[in-house]
Amino acid sequence: MAKSARKTAAPAAAPGKTNRERPKEPQRYKASKEELLDFYKQMLLIRRFEERAGQLYGLGLIGGFCHLYIGQEAVAVGLQSAMKVGRDSVITGYRDHGHMLAYGIDPKVIMAELTGRAAGISKGKGGSMHMFSVEHGFYGGHGIVGAQVSLGTGLAFKHQYSGDGGTCLAYFGDGAANQGQVYESFNMAKLWDLPIIYAIENNKYAMGTAVERAASEPEFYKRGESFRIPGIQVDGMDVLAVRGAAEEAMAWTQAGKGPIILELLTYRYRGHSMSDPAKYRTKEEVQDYREHNDPIDHAAAELAKLGFKEEDLKAIDKEIKDIVVEAAKFSEEAPEPEASELYTDVLVESY
Amino acid sequence: MGIELKMPALSPTMEEGTLAKWLVKEGDNVTSGDILAEIETDKATMEFEAVDEGTISKILIPEGTDGVKVGTVIALMGGDGAEASSEALIERPEQPEQKEEPTPPAPAAEPTKPAPKAPTMQATDVPPGTEMKSTTVREALRDAMAEEMRRDERVFVMGEEVAQYQGAYKVTQGLLDEFGAKRVIDTPITEYGFAGIGSGAAMGGLKPIIEFMTFNFAMQAIDHIINSAAKTNYMSGGQMRCPIVFRGPNGAASRVGAQHSQNYGPWYAAVPGLVVIAPYDAADAKGLLKAAIRSEDPVVFLENELLYGQHFDVPVVDEYVLPIGKARIMREGNDVTIVSYSIGVGISLEAAEKLAAEGIDAEVIDLRTLRPLDKQAVLTSLAKTNRLIVVEEGWPTCSISSEIMAICMEEGFDDLDAPVMRVTDEDVPLPYAANLEKMAIIKSDDVVKAAKAVTYR
Repeated sequence: MAKSARKTAAPAAAPGKTNRERPKEPQRYKASKEELLDFYKQMLLIRRFEERAGQLYGLGLIGGFCHLYIGQEAVAVGLQSAMKVGRDSVITGYRDHGHMLAYGIDPKVIMAELTGRAAGISKGKGGSMHMFSVEHGFYGGHGIVGAQVSLGTGLAFKHQYSGDGGTCLAYFGDGAANQGQVYESFNMAKLWDLPIIYAIENNKYAMGTAVERAASEPEFYKRGESFRIPGIQVDGMDVLAVRGAAEEAMAWTQAGKGPIILELLTYRYRGHSMSDPAKYRTKEEVQDYREHNDPIDHAAAELAKLGFKEEDLKAIDKEIKDIVVEAAKFSEEAPEPEASELYTDVLVESY
Repeated sequence: MGIELKMPALSPTMEEGTLAKWLVKEGDNVTSGDILAEIETDKATMEFEAVDEGTISKILIPEGTDGVKVGTVIALMGGDGAEASSEALIERPEQPEQKEEPTPPAPAAEPTKPAPKAPTMQATDVPPGTEMKSTTVREALRDAMAEEMRRDERVFVMGEEVAQYQGAYKVTQGLLDEFGAKRVIDTPITEYGFAGIGSGAAMGGLKPIIEFMTFNFAMQAIDHIINSAAKTNYMSGGQMRCPIVFRGPNGAASRVGAQHSQNYGPWYAAVPGLVVIAPYDAADAKGLLKAAIRSEDPVVFLENELLYGQHFDVPVVDEYVLPIGKARIMREGNDVTIVSYSIGVGISLEAAEKLAAEGIDAEVIDLRTLRPLDKQAVLTSLAKTNRLIVVEEGWPTCSISSEIMAICMEEGFDDLDAPVMRVTDEDVPLPYAANLEKMAIIKSDDVVKAAKAVTYR
């Protein structure tokens, strides 16, 4: 009896599943020489910028929380190289420096925000976790884990409402993926077919908690299934694989098919924040990623294949280093905000 | 002896309705469960069923009568065919001034009674001679939204039951028909999610109106109201705004128990970066909601369910937009200042009438905006009367009352001839039982008592 019951149940469930349209299997992006060089430069800029931020933190020039993006560079660069500044929007959580740099925002004003100076992008009033550039369509920089998922869904709502053709890219981590509001947002995003790419950066640890200890379904790309949102798992350490997935995801949202999830398998080399000694994982694990999976080494090897010589890459390294040194110098020398700034920007209007 | 059929209350807060249609006529025999009549309120049309068996002996209120108070005898029924005495006809329901309803089914009666209209209700913000239209608070709110939606394409309304159902409390009635599903959006029951979506849309440049079915449910969304909406402008150094209105009923309704009865005014008013408005009458509801929608700042707009159905005069002018952050003198007086907001204003005005009868001339101030608070209006009145009480339908601890008292101490100390007193709800979760609920919520007699205490009478 039980057998025959199962037999009849299976076909009933099947049609919905098989008939539902799914995105195509993404192809690794075929970058031109110039594009690949550009990706390499951007990833290197993020790496060097973050290293310098770590140093400034150690010197006491950066305070509070500071979450570095080292190791995850290919995700921001691969995804955002597919976005159009001025049309699309990007929103993220507190690990936001890399996402800003990948959108072409001036490293000087980012670093000056980290040091809390008037010249910082938020006038020194936001800090590492709270940075925005409306001009670039970069909507933060949010300190509450998961908030950017609902807010980003709101930005996608705005794209649809105003018919501006934009897509929102909302980043969040494997930790935020367990927040309730993520699923409230998934539900509405699919209900209304909002143009949004949910980019889950799975770096394997939510602060100190390994994914397996926090997630009953650790394959995050499947998390949209019960909302009929398709998901793709992507090698987040390969910038071309990420870009290829971004192409597919953009094609999906641009065709009016609604939200899509990308799970990017990545790894952060540093602790969750500067104050995290990262005792929850072995040195060998980190070392293994650095030696065999580094996204920048990976891109350098690709460039070598295209004929770039070691001295070419060294020259690029120097160029990037100079940009970062200049940004750090600027951020140390720029004055702190005027005392009067304490009271400005609380409200827009005066009543 | 005949049975009196009384106007039923169809919701916890219904006070009156229209007897739309009689489905029986005099002489008809009815049995339990028969539909006797159709009753209309501004929220819904409901059927009125017979409970007892008998013959309809007399219909006292003809169909089509508006404004029939809950508890009014609308027909007589002979239980055993007995003729009703014609004396029953004397009780006619038309007088709006009618005091206490004698019947129990109107639970909302006492604390929600509209304030005596007479001279105190003059709007101070419009020139004398302006044409006035009697409007419910509910309609005024709807009109404000509709006018602003006509004016600005970026304005849209989102929330639970706002579109097809026409609003859980019918505040968004008619908006779907006029503006369509693109701008009047039903959401799933998911406050945290849609408060975030609204905030994100506002950051992106739209002007959302987010309706919470009640502010009790906004507790699920308070993270976005405070962490996302209120702080963005500051954290971005003025670069990224969040022009959004969060609105819905706030405070105690009637007999809905502790989880559905709470005043969040003090909670939101504590947060820099928010504007918090809590209007009392229909004119303010309209003029301040329009101002809230136009504001570039995030606004928490606290309405009151018990006021939704009350009528007030609203000026008939094209652009009735009131200034945010300005209190209003509702009644001028010299002996004592009563400061209040939202439903407390009605109770204060009622108390002022009672005080006047005893020779105490009270000045009543409606704060209207809780943040930014119009300190000057309070201090100016205090300087005139030298005595002040605060009336608040909400808890006493860390309240708006506490704040007003602190302001009087810090900045009005030399003007005080008596300690400032507060009249607030009891410091308990709101009970369900009718008698306990009544005890817990502010009443005009409490206000009278406090006013006498500070005037030493």
